[in-house]
Order: sequence, then C-alpha cells, then structure tokens
Amino acid sequence: MWGVLLKRLVQAVATMVIAVLVVFLALRILPVNPVMARFGQHAVPEKIELEMERMGWNKPVWQQALAFGNQLLHGDLGESFARPGERISVRLGEALSATLELTLAAMLIAVPLGIFVGTVAAIWRNSWPDWISMAVALLGVSVPVFFLAICLILAFPSMPTGLRKPPGTPDFHTGFYFFESLVTGNFRMAVVCGRHLALPALALSTIPLAVISRVTRNAMLEVLDADYLRTARAKGAGILRVIARHAMPNASLSVLNIVGFQLGVLLSGAILTEKVFNWPGLGNYVVDGIRDYDYAVVQACALVTAGIFVVLNLTLDILFLLLDPRLREGRQS
Amino acid sequence: MSSASLDNVRPAPPISSKLWRVPGVWVGGGLVFLFVFAAIFANAVSPYSVDARFGKNLPPSWQHWLGTDSNEKDVLTRVIHGSRLSLVASITSISCAVIIGVSLGMLAGYKGGRTDMLIMRLIDIWLSFPSLLIAFLVIAALSPGWIAVILAVALINVPVFTRQIRAEMLSLKHAGYVESSIAAGATPFYLVLFVFLPAVTGTIWVLATLGLGHAILEVAALSFLGIAGDPSHAEWGSMLVEAKEHLAITIWPAIAPGVAISLTILGFNLFGDGLRELLNRRTRSF
Repeated sequence: MWGVLLKRLVQAVATMVIAVLVVFLALRILPVNPVMARFGQHAVPEKIELEMERMGWNKPVWQQALAFGNQLLHGDLGESFARPGERISVRLGEALSATLELTLAAMLIAVPLGIFVGTVAAIWRNSWPDWISMAVALLGVSVPVFFLAICLILAFPSMPTGLRKPPGTPDFHTGFYFFESLVTGNFRMAVVCGRHLALPALALSTIPLAVISRVTRNAMLEVLDADYLRTARAKGAGILRVIARHAMPNASLSVLNIVGFQLGVLLSGAILTEKVFNWPGLGNYVVDGIRDYDYAVVQACALVTAGIFVVLNLTLDILFLLLDPRLREGRQS
Repeated sequence: MSSASLDNVRPAPPISSKLWRVPGVWVGGGLVFLFVFAAIFANAVSPYSVDARFGKNLPPSWQHWLGTDSNEKDVLTRVIHGSRLSLVASITSISCAVIIGVSLGMLAGYKGGRTDMLIMRLIDIWLSFPSLLIAFLVIAALSPGWIAVILAVALINVPVFTRQIRAEMLSLKHAGYVESSIAAGATPFYLVLFVFLPAVTGTIWVLATLGLGHAILEVAALSFLGIAGDPSHAEWGSMLVEAKEHLAITIWPAIAPGVAISLTILGFNLFGDGLRELLNRRTRSF
C-alpha cells in the first residue's frame, strides 16, 4: 500500500511541475505583447520600455522562469497586469471560495439525488421509473448547462441573480457565505444567501446528477444479481436492508470513481454557470483576464486550478486505497 | 482479446438487418441531417438575409416565427445561419483531434515500452485537468478568435482517441493476420495505412460522432464566454449571451439558439451511441 501511495505522490508532484512549466511557456510564446495590448497601439515607446522593464518581461526567458519559480515558492502569485497594484492572491482567494461554495452546493444536491434516482431505476429496471431516469440523464448530457441556467432564471423570475449576497450585508469571515451562516447559526442570513446560491447550484448539479444516476443504476444492477445478495434475501433480509447494508457499499465505489472523473467537467460547468448568474467566481475572473490580456491573472488561475486538481486526484486515490481492500493488498481488480 | 478470438469470429450479420433495432440511429441521424442540411442550405431555407434589420425585440408573428432580437434581426434566420459556424468549427477541430489522437494512439500501442509510457503519461496529465482550463490556456496564448477556439477544442478531444486506439492496437498487434503481414515483411507505412487503419475505422467513426457532440457544446460554451470570434457573427453561443441581457423583454432570442444547441448535441449523442451498437464497438458510454 505504501509503495502505491509513494508512486502516486511522486506522480502528483511531477504533474504539478509540468503544469507550471506548460502554463509559463504557453503564455510566453504569445504573439501579442501584453504591455502593448494594455497601452494600445499608439503608446509612447519609452513608456512601453519602462513598463516591460518593471514587469521583467525584457529579460531572457530562463531568467523569467527562475524569477517566476522563486515567486511561486514564496506563495506569491504576482500582481494584476491590467490593474497595476492589485494583488492577485487576494482577488483569487475570493473568487476561488465563491466557486468552491457553488460546486460544493451542487454536489450536495447531485450526490444524494443521483444515488436515489439510480437506485430506484435499478430496482424497477426496464419499467417506467427506469425509462424516465434514462431520458432525464440523456437530456442532462445534451442540454448545455448555460442554457439550462437561463431556463431556470425564466422559470423562477423572483429569485435573485447577480451578487452572492444583498448589498449592504456585513462581511463574512470566510468566503463561504451560505455555509458560514449555517454553521454560525445565523439562519436568517443563511436563507438570504441560500436564495442567491439556489439557482446556480441547481443548474450546476444537473451535470453530475445525470452521470451519477446512470452509474449508480448500472453498479446496483451488477450487485443486485450477485449471489451474496440472493443469499441475504433468502435469509430473510428485507429489500431495504439488502440495498442499504449489502448493495450500497459495493456500488458506492463505482459512484466515487465517477465523481472523481466528473470533477473536471464540474469545474468547467461551474465556469459557465458563473457567467450566466454573474457569480463572482474563478470562471468570471479568468475569462476577464483572457479578454484584458491580463496574463498574470490567467497564469495564476491556471496554476491554482491545476494545483487543486492534483490534490483532489491524490485524495481520491488515497480514498480508494482505504475503501477497496483489493487495492490495499496490492492486487489489481 | 487473444489472437484466437479474433481469428475465429463468425461473420457478422449484415448491418442492414440490425438497423431497425437501433432507433437511436434514426432519431439521432435525423437530427444531425436536419442540422447539416440547415447549415449547407442556410441561404435558401432561412426566411430573410442574415443581417437584415426589422423592429427591435418583436414578439413571434407570421412574419417572424421566432420574433426578432435586440439587434433588430430575425431570430429564426440567425439560428439557421448559426449552424454554419458551429458545424465548420466542430468538424475542423474533431478532424484535427482524430489526426493527432489516432497517430499518438497507434504509435503508443504499436511501439510499446518507453514511447508508450511517455505518451500515456502525458495523456493522463492532460485528462486530469478540466477541459475548459486547457482551452483557456490555448486561447490566452493565441489571443481570442476562431482559430484559437478550433485548436483548443481539438486539443481537448485528443485524449479520447489516443486512449481507445492504443487499447485496440494492443490486441490488434497480436492478431494472426497482423503477425503474418509483419512476417511477410510489411513496412511500418504499409502496416499503418492498410492493416491498422482499416481495423480501427469503425471505432474512429463512433468516437468522432460522439466527439462532434462534445465539440458543438465546447464551441458554443467558449463563444458564450465571449472569448471566441466576433460576437456579432450569427453563432448560437454568442446569440445566447446577447439574449441573456434582455430576458425581461423577450425570451425567444434565448430559447431558440439554446434549443438548437441541445437538439444538435442530442442528435450526435444518439447517433454515436446507435452507431456504436450497430458496429458493436465497446467504448466508454458517457
């Protein structure tokens, strides 16, 4: 087990190093001079020269790379290109917590609901609950999340869209407005923030929902036919007990697996959902960065996202090692 | 799959005998056909010229079936013309993805060893990041525009082809007829073109059809985010983002392109799944 763990750890570090390199190089081969893009075509050459000097863009690439690496190791993501003086880490922190709250809320809707729908479809397989869930899943993968989000706005016109909280409300300690209100027992504020969160989270939840319900159904079908379940039934266990105690633990591995695979899709979906609801998250931040030729912002966002993904994938790997006895003993399933 | 099972397969029943049992092919194929037809004959089937101006935000009527948008243009006409950019961008990017992905997959599967490990590790890293992030990097590096979008969507779709083709190459490499043509002195060039490529053509078609569905979605998403080409072009994603600002006044400019995107993706998904069932290819389902 420790050998596997060590291998995964080395892989994660290697992935991160490659990601840093790729991000750094990708944004240095650009045809557009970012300083020129900011000052416009008719800027004074001396002014451009001065700015390039200040940002360190006129040094050789390898020197820039070293300086960049040094900066990263100190936990510094630099300052915005388009808005000089703005520290990226501060804005990025706010944007990231907004995106994480949205994604977390979507998963809290999708996982229980998806497992429930999938289980129901598996029990009544090839009859109408199964067909309905299959049709919904097909629609879920076909309707783009940004269109679904617009439909939700049309269906619930009284729900607030735009900000995460009404203007004038006091600041929060963390970036997780809804969850913080819940934990600190401020239920009135939780309702207010929850109303802002509800539609974006609901729209985003449809992406994992469709996949989770289908995977749960298939995993359940596989388990429901197994001999040990028939034995459990024969020994007098009720259908609910059989599903909860015997089938679910085994099916949950496949579900966890697909949730892991879906994280990337989920984040892409979150970026699009944010755009519809003007949710001030990572997606809006990075898209604005691309449009303003603010490479420092794009670079920082890409690196932080890559970092999150490496850590998440590693966590999932470790979870699998803990949950699946076959992997733990070093055997391949 | 061992070589024995490849050599001793019974001849498959003709595809035509199975066709009626796979309704997905019909429904999906119909939707795809409708979409391609609209794209090719956009000028003939749309009621007005694409940039003709009428009143602002008109409701649906006999003159304008889906009303007009905030730029005073006919929504139905723009939706029909919008299929062009989506189709051209998607087909171009998937073609690029097929060429890159299949080459890498064949190389990895055939060579094995170090080459295989290197390629597959790269693909694993590629897959571990959200696709939109990769697209953002490409578009930021090339500066926003349609070329950047096409390249970005192509790169996103490469891993699917590489993985599947490599997996098939692993079993194909040891098939009797492949081993005998290697023994007969076939050059690598001959092998790739006349032995491997024909064997994986079915898989490529299935993956490319499903990939086109993804590409349509990704192209629309990138232009919805405003980092594709000129937003004044008739394109579904940019129509949606424009219409989003005027939802309180009129909903049709938002509903029409949204339904068009959804139906097209649904069509490609159904068609691809049906095709897979017909050709009996085992590939990932979602």
